[in-house]
Amino acid sequence: MAFDPNEPMKDRITDIGPPHYEQFFPPVIKENYGKWKYHEILEPGVLVHVSETGAEVYTVRVGGCRLMSVDIIREICELADKHCDGYVRWTTRNNVEFMVDDKAKLQPLIDDLRSRKFDAGSNKFPIGGTGAGITNIVHTQGWLHCHTPAIDASGIVKSVLDELYDDFCGMRMPAQVRIALACCLNMCGAVHCSDIAILGVHRKPPFIEHDRVGKVCEIPLAIAACPTAAIKPAKEGDLKTVSVKNERCMFCGNCYTMCPAMPLANAEGDGIALWVGGKVSNARSVPAFSKLAVPYIPNEPPRWPTTVKTIKKIVETYASDANRYERVGEWIERIGWEKFFEKTELEFRHEHIDDYRLAMTTWRTTTQFKW
Amino acid sequence: MALKHKTPLIDELEKGPWPSFISDIKQVAERKPMCEDLLGVMEQSYMDKEGHWKHGGIVGVLGYGGGVIGRYCDRPDLFPAVAHFHTMRVNQPSSKFYNTDILRKICELWERRGSGLTNMHGSTGDIILLGTTTDELEQVFYELTHNLDMDLGGSGSNLRTPSCCLGKARCEWSCIDTQAITTDLTNEYQDELHRPAFPYKFKFKTSGCPNDCVAAIARADCSIIGTWRDDIRIDQEAVRAYAAGEFAPNGNAHGTGPSALDVQKEVCDLCPTRCIDWDGKNLKIWDENCTRCMHCINVMPRALRPGTDTGATILCGAKAPILEGAQLSSVIIPFIKMEPPYEEFKDFVDKMWDWWMENGKNRERLGEQIQRLGLREFLKALELEPDPRMINTPRYNPYIFYDPADVPGGWEIDGVAFRKRHQA
Repeated sequence: MAFDPNEPMKDRITDIGPPHYEQFFPPVIKENYGKWKYHEILEPGVLVHVSETGAEVYTVRVGGCRLMSVDIIREICELADKHCDGYVRWTTRNNVEFMVDDKAKLQPLIDDLRSRKFDAGSNKFPIGGTGAGITNIVHTQGWLHCHTPAIDASGIVKSVLDELYDDFCGMRMPAQVRIALACCLNMCGAVHCSDIAILGVHRKPPFIEHDRVGKVCEIPLAIAACPTAAIKPAKEGDLKTVSVKNERCMFCGNCYTMCPAMPLANAEGDGIALWVGGKVSNARSVPAFSKLAVPYIPNEPPRWPTTVKTIKKIVETYASDANRYERVGEWIERIGWEKFFEKTELEFRHEHIDDYRLAMTTWRTTTQFKW
Repeated sequence: MALKHKTPLIDELEKGPWPSFISDIKQVAERKPMCEDLLGVMEQSYMDKEGHWKHGGIVGVLGYGGGVIGRYCDRPDLFPAVAHFHTMRVNQPSSKFYNTDILRKICELWERRGSGLTNMHGSTGDIILLGTTTDELEQVFYELTHNLDMDLGGSGSNLRTPSCCLGKARCEWSCIDTQAITTDLTNEYQDELHRPAFPYKFKFKTSGCPNDCVAAIARADCSIIGTWRDDIRIDQEAVRAYAAGEFAPNGNAHGTGPSALDVQKEVCDLCPTRCIDWDGKNLKIWDENCTRCMHCINVMPRALRPGTDTGATILCGAKAPILEGAQLSSVIIPFIKMEPPYEEFKDFVDKMWDWWMENGKNRERLGEQIQRLGLREFLKALELEPDPRMINTPRYNPYIFYDPADVPGGWEIDGVAFRKRHQA
């Protein structure tokens, strides 16, 4: 049977939902579901989970690119068939986990994973991403597939993780460090609550293609899309169009989402902002947003050196100054923001002072501060 | 084999130890013109410092209003093989376990009918099949549903594909059955997932414990986070073993191996409510003051475990910045037993969606609507009583919207009587 374009509704199957997860569980997972007692990290990237039944499952976590070809997935299948009875899983952060039910099967799996490299030399399956280290960077599509990006995604992630590679494969940080990248303010993914967030920003207001606005946009929707009411209806000769009050624009790009005749991507305007100190876990301190550390770094393809260097500096300052268990945000909370900027040698600028809604809740309303 | 486009800039991304996505794409580009031209588009973007994908485009499969993202290249003259490069979102099995049989079938299908490139996975959790042409969409959907027993995920103003942590499958801390909940909700709400009828997107995410590995509290309009109401289970002997250095602290997250844990400093002093005492022999947790943050359990996984009266805290309203600024989810139901068939929870969902759909403006997320109309209105619609667990602090402004029903005589004033008491 195959799809027949002349009878598209014939034998149509819809709304079946995802395949049931249980059929994909390795036997040791199925048998010990809900019975796990404790876990331990044996070495970076290698975990053991012990069940109340005495059963053990050993997991090897490897960093994956979010972008994967069918070739690399087939290679993962080959590895899973060879070592893991044909089962494998992905984590929320684009890591791949290979599981075995016997310690004796562990080393051959690790050796096999370590031996595999792309022709140009990079590792296919770096082992790590556990405990007090830097795990995989979750990210968005960037120039590879998105229509609203201010920056690339995969290439920046590759450049940053090359620099932080030893900390993916190690656990010398005070606590886990979660880095995330979003290529525009839409932020597909939780970058706004990351220890370090890499965010694509625009700095030029949209330009208006008056001859296209009326044809490709619903003008009222474009006007309503602006959070600061900077967009007004306008006329250009006989053409119905819009105007933008540029000084009110805060470069969210929402108008472009609603109206393709208002593009704001621009090589000179676009770049990267870095944010620090967010978390989602409730452990010790409550979940928190990431706050602005660096308002703008120009786009520097192909290896993004300023971004890489700045992140490295933040990571090293944190690693040497924070107490064990302190996340980046908890460390900054303890030392104070003035000390954060001093220690990281990042410039404090007017962009760091909030002037949007609820801005006053972020201003210092005490005489307590540090010299 | 030499590829069609020279790519000196992105070739730089083949260097270094981290896996190179460029090297990976190149493997396939040798036999897939789409991948060859995709490399060309990337090189062009790396030269121009601007993206080359066009805005939107409405494509899809019959009867669904989501699951396919239209994508067109803005330089089809240079890169004709990716003139159309649409994405299909495929609903992942909850918590992303697979066998190699299904993975190989997905690869075979996508090699034949698409670019051969995927995202494993997209941010929301779907398997993303990246890049195909309009005429292949129905074919892929037919094969997915007939041969792979798989279905499309959500996109647009509908329920987005629910996702969860791996929960009880391989974690000792999961207080709820995250996979079962996620699969049940996904199946219950297939219509909402496939046919956009909402003001904007809506996300469910389920984490088994307050460590929140799936970032539910930051990303989901409705965050379901496992918790417990009774006491943390303590194995005193294991606590002493941690103190004596027989176990590795923090599940060996610091790579120290077995080493003495300073229980006072690393556990008691870091407890946010200081509800733990340690006398060198026994650990005492004053559970009535515990806020279940997970720190002590994280540090001593062999000694401490969550309680057994488990359920979930339901929080609502999280979102990324667009449009009114980022929000975290707020507590709406402090505790609910999450057991099949989840009737109490689904009643809550029905009321929540009714209120949102009735009052929501175009592209207004639930959290923004709660902000605009007030948490009180939301609670009223849900028929929930206010609870101090829903707030950080009571209001500190005096501008209270008193309810006339609570004021004797309501808002009616006898003006004549008033003026009899007070001359104008």
